[in-house]
Amino acid sequence: MITLIVFLPLLAAIIAGFGNRALGNTLAKSVTTGALSIACALSWPIFLGFLSGTMEASVVQVLPWVQSGTLTFDWSLRVDTLTAVMLVVVTTVSALVHLYSWGYMDEDPDQPRFFAYLSLFTFAMLMLVTANNLVQMFFGWEGVGLASYLLIGFWFRKPSANAAAIKAFVVNRVGDLGFMLGIFGTYLVFQTTSIPEILEAAPAMSGATIGFLGYRVATMDVLCILLFIGAMGKSAQLGLHTWLPDAMEGPTPVSALIHAATMVTAGVFMVCRLSPMFETAPVALDFVTFIGAATCIFAATVGTTQWDIKRVIAYSTCSQLGYMFFAAGVGAYGAAMFHLFTHAFFKALLFLGAGSVIHAMHHEQDMRYYGALRKEIPFTFWAMLAGTLAITGVGVYHLGVGFAGFWSKDAILEVAYARGTDLGNFAFWMGTFAALLTSFYSWRLMFLTFWGKPRWADSEHIQHAVHHGHDEPEEHNPAIQEDAGHDVTHTVPSPNYSAGTGGYHPHESPISMLIPLGVLSLGAVLAGQLFAPAFLDSAAFWNGSIFYNEPLIHAMHAVPTLVKYAAFIVMVLGLAAAYLAYIKDTSLPARGAEQLGPVYRFFYNKWYFDELYRMLFIIPAFAFGKAFWRFVDKGMIDRFGPDGAAWIVTKGSAAAKRVQTGYVYSYALVMLLGLVAAITWVLF
Amino acid sequence: MGFPILSIMLLVPLAAGLACLFLSAGAARMTALVATLVNLALGILLWLNYDIGGAQWQFTEEASLFAVFRYALGIDGIALMLIVLSVFLMPICILASWDAIRTRVGEYMAAFLFMELLMIGVFAAQDIFLFYIFFEAGLIPMYLIIGVWGGDNRIYASYKFFLYTLLGSVLMLIAMLWMVNEAGTTSIPVLMQYDFAPSAQTWLWLAFFASFAVKMPMWPVHTWLPDAHVQAPTAGSVILAGVLLKMGGYGFIRFSLPMFPEASAQFVWLIFGLSMVAVVITSLIALVQHDMKKLIAYSSVAHMAIVTAGLFAFNIQGLEGAMIMMLSHGLVSGALFLCVGVIYDRLHTREIERYGGLSINMPRYALFFLFFTMASIGLPGTSGFVAEFLSLAGVYQVSSGATLILTTGIILGAGYMLYLYRRVAFGEQVNADAAAMPDLNVREWVMLAPIAAAVLWMGIYPESFLAPMRQDIAALDARLARAAPEGDADVQIGEPNARAANYVAEEHAAAAEGAH
Repeated sequence: MITLIVFLPLLAAIIAGFGNRALGNTLAKSVTTGALSIACALSWPIFLGFLSGTMEASVVQVLPWVQSGTLTFDWSLRVDTLTAVMLVVVTTVSALVHLYSWGYMDEDPDQPRFFAYLSLFTFAMLMLVTANNLVQMFFGWEGVGLASYLLIGFWFRKPSANAAAIKAFVVNRVGDLGFMLGIFGTYLVFQTTSIPEILEAAPAMSGATIGFLGYRVATMDVLCILLFIGAMGKSAQLGLHTWLPDAMEGPTPVSALIHAATMVTAGVFMVCRLSPMFETAPVALDFVTFIGAATCIFAATVGTTQWDIKRVIAYSTCSQLGYMFFAAGVGAYGAAMFHLFTHAFFKALLFLGAGSVIHAMHHEQDMRYYGALRKEIPFTFWAMLAGTLAITGVGVYHLGVGFAGFWSKDAILEVAYARGTDLGNFAFWMGTFAALLTSFYSWRLMFLTFWGKPRWADSEHIQHAVHHGHDEPEEHNPAIQEDAGHDVTHTVPSPNYSAGTGGYHPHESPISMLIPLGVLSLGAVLAGQLFAPAFLDSAAFWNGSIFYNEPLIHAMHAVPTLVKYAAFIVMVLGLAAAYLAYIKDTSLPARGAEQLGPVYRFFYNKWYFDELYRMLFIIPAFAFGKAFWRFVDKGMIDRFGPDGAAWIVTKGSAAAKRVQTGYVYSYALVMLLGLVAAITWVLF
Repeated sequence: MGFPILSIMLLVPLAAGLACLFLSAGAARMTALVATLVNLALGILLWLNYDIGGAQWQFTEEASLFAVFRYALGIDGIALMLIVLSVFLMPICILASWDAIRTRVGEYMAAFLFMELLMIGVFAAQDIFLFYIFFEAGLIPMYLIIGVWGGDNRIYASYKFFLYTLLGSVLMLIAMLWMVNEAGTTSIPVLMQYDFAPSAQTWLWLAFFASFAVKMPMWPVHTWLPDAHVQAPTAGSVILAGVLLKMGGYGFIRFSLPMFPEASAQFVWLIFGLSMVAVVITSLIALVQHDMKKLIAYSSVAHMAIVTAGLFAFNIQGLEGAMIMMLSHGLVSGALFLCVGVIYDRLHTREIERYGGLSINMPRYALFFLFFTMASIGLPGTSGFVAEFLSLAGVYQVSSGATLILTTGIILGAGYMLYLYRRVAFGEQVNADAAAMPDLNVREWVMLAPIAAAVLWMGIYPESFLAPMRQDIAALDARLARAAPEGDADVQIGEPNARAANYVAEEHAAAAEGAH
């Protein structure tokens, strides 16, 4: 069954990709969506089987891969609780995104290719989550990277999309460098790449030391940190996060599937998969906690200042991934996975909702041109509201009710507090403050988009639609229309764009887009309530597939009441602030930004990471490349090597010059004769 | 001695090559294609009949010529794989030249067929002088291919190519003569078991190094390669990258390592150092190239650096990784040069800026090009990954620092290859003539598809390629064991931690609960 789940999407991708135009849009879309629906339908019974305790972990061997000395690894599919959780997340969101794309990509000229990429991505992601050894995990890891590259650059005529695609791939490769070194080191220490064998042997190695780059360091710490660097790349953690916001150049369904619900959570999955190994590496775990907490707050601060609706959600994703990592760092892998699970639903919902808004607003992505859309696209509004309530963590502890994010985020904050270490407290405070900002930027997005007066008139996209009539296919081609780059031209931090509809009438999205929104809304509302006991409190549910820290979970439930309400309190504060600034007094944000000048600009410019990296890496890489080429290869090696020799030869002998100008045949003959003569002479 | 299949494989191109010299253009093309296909069939037969786990040297043939000169052929798994690579690429090269070569077609085809003869000869030779003759004579057809059918600056390029490679071979010849004198045999299998005095090994190693480093090519004697590639016709580049560069690696694995283990160990850091420099510097240089062929040529230097590092890791993973890298690079860079050739044939320029947006008018071409780009940057599932992964895993066991530097190649490689791909295949169709180019024709499809299949095969199930070499690599590893350098990891097992890192005392939790 698992073989079917994993390879159906691959088969569909091959059919749709190679069939392409011969197959036609409808058939290609049906094949891929059908395959994913089947995969999804087969995944849920597995998950429910693990939930009820009737399934046992198993491994299906597919094919041997490499056998080189003692370094051997196979293609194999592992299913246990952790995999089952990822299976339902991946196949469910993927199937819904496939369905959603029927509507969203309807007018794109290149649909089979899009659906083939989506299915290919799903295959790679499934290979990743079913990996039984580190190398197959790396295969999936790179496979999703490839699909991400192709999908970000799907509209390959756009320079910005191409740049974003390359950036995503290359930045991820920086992380992969760490991952690869981690695999090499793990093999060196354990003589295997099989994950169960490593996890079993890891505790015995916890006191070992290893030479690394000339230093003697704790073996497990260095291995785990190297592997975690890979996770930082894929999960866009601080330092290696710069590709994620740019990845929003891809079509919005892609953002929902890859850059919110599944691929970016691969890093969290990896840390949880290897959790018994990480538990032998205290320094590495501290590093994970710190990076997680720092990313969580960093991304939230940037998210509060962005105008592009997709970028706000992208930074929000980055921030939520930070929560997952510090939960793992303090030892609450169940909580990390739970947040991954709930986040997949509500973040995919928010992205698809944003896609629906963008679709309605004729591919305008700048929230300053939105406003008053509540009545125009009510279904999208309600779906987005469910997503917002989920991400901000609305729920009341003592009543035991709440939206999905309430259950998982509160658990993470409580466990960080309960951990009792300095770093745990740091993570708790950062997480709480980030929750405040989360609430602020999420409601800011809602208020700017759905409340207030319409501010559509000035949008080029809207004007375009009104003047040219938005039913002509080429006008509607998202390849030309979707464009996430307004922050460059408009730097005025004010939502007070001129009011008016510009004569434009937004339209609700087609049914194929609304069904996924409906299903995901259900998830955003119920996923927490339904599954919290299993994910958080049940060692039996996890059944050894992650490191389950029973005493820590007990401590988590015993934190002071104030801690339990911390997330709720900051959520209300954030909501109030957003209400004040974007509904009550809309001149407030501009004044605030002016007051906070440098701080605002620092946040608005994403802490200047892109500029810094450009200066540190990109410009020097090209400069050194040119310099090495001109001055070393040509200026030194060639000049004193072959060209120098040529100069001497041409100066020295006219005969040699004649040789060079043509008589290659005789030259060759002379060489061969000389060769034979030389050998003969020496031998006799 | 049974059926002399190796001699037949040498005779077929020889006879066909001689015939081509006297044939008309059309007949020469057909003769060359048939001859190379026959050799491909023979190569497959060779592979199928190779007894994995059997004798180390198989299909041996021997005949005394005059004096000490012997005609001795025979192959082990390593040679087998390289011969199969050569005969696999040859028909593709003939097809690639089908329309592109219009002048002196007979001579051109003859040069290619002689080339094939010499390549097979290099890998099959069991006599050190026979090897030398094949090894050096291999220069001549390539020299002619570049010099006669090359681009505008072909004389400079062919001359540079010749000068570099000849320089190394003179030293190698002297070393060979000394060795034969010392050991009293010209048989390569016997010499591979002979223990030279360590002090002599150093000099012999350096003499061989001079030749193999140029052929590889290693930094800083690599500058002939970009020029040679740029000037060579497409098929010339394919053979150059696909097989000729492998002769250096083959030399290391056949001569330097088994014959001079102590000296090899002594020079590990020279090799690692040059390899690290090559990976970083040539990758950066590749990033700023405007000429497609030059870019791929520089990327070849970076990939070959992984081969040298893997070979000198002195362990099975490194050696097998290096071998797979040679095979993989032969296929992938050959295919990349073909991809360049396909569009060069249409537009007659290699300037990257003259293209753009080819995904629109040449979608099938764009797909192949993307696939080989990904194989070149080592995407798992392609041969490039298995190669890189094994080599670097081998090097890691010797030095984590060297591995760190060498592994930056995966970042830089992704950088320059994707940058190239973007400028060629993505973006708007800014050049009208590039936008008017037709997609792949059947001939081009037939050239690229088999290579793609092989790359995928080697990436997903490399066992087919590893199995024939396993025994030979193990034997080499055993011979090298006495000199193998100490790794820098040196894991020392200490007292394990009593508790998990996030251990929380149950009492603490209970107390907190009480307080609450």
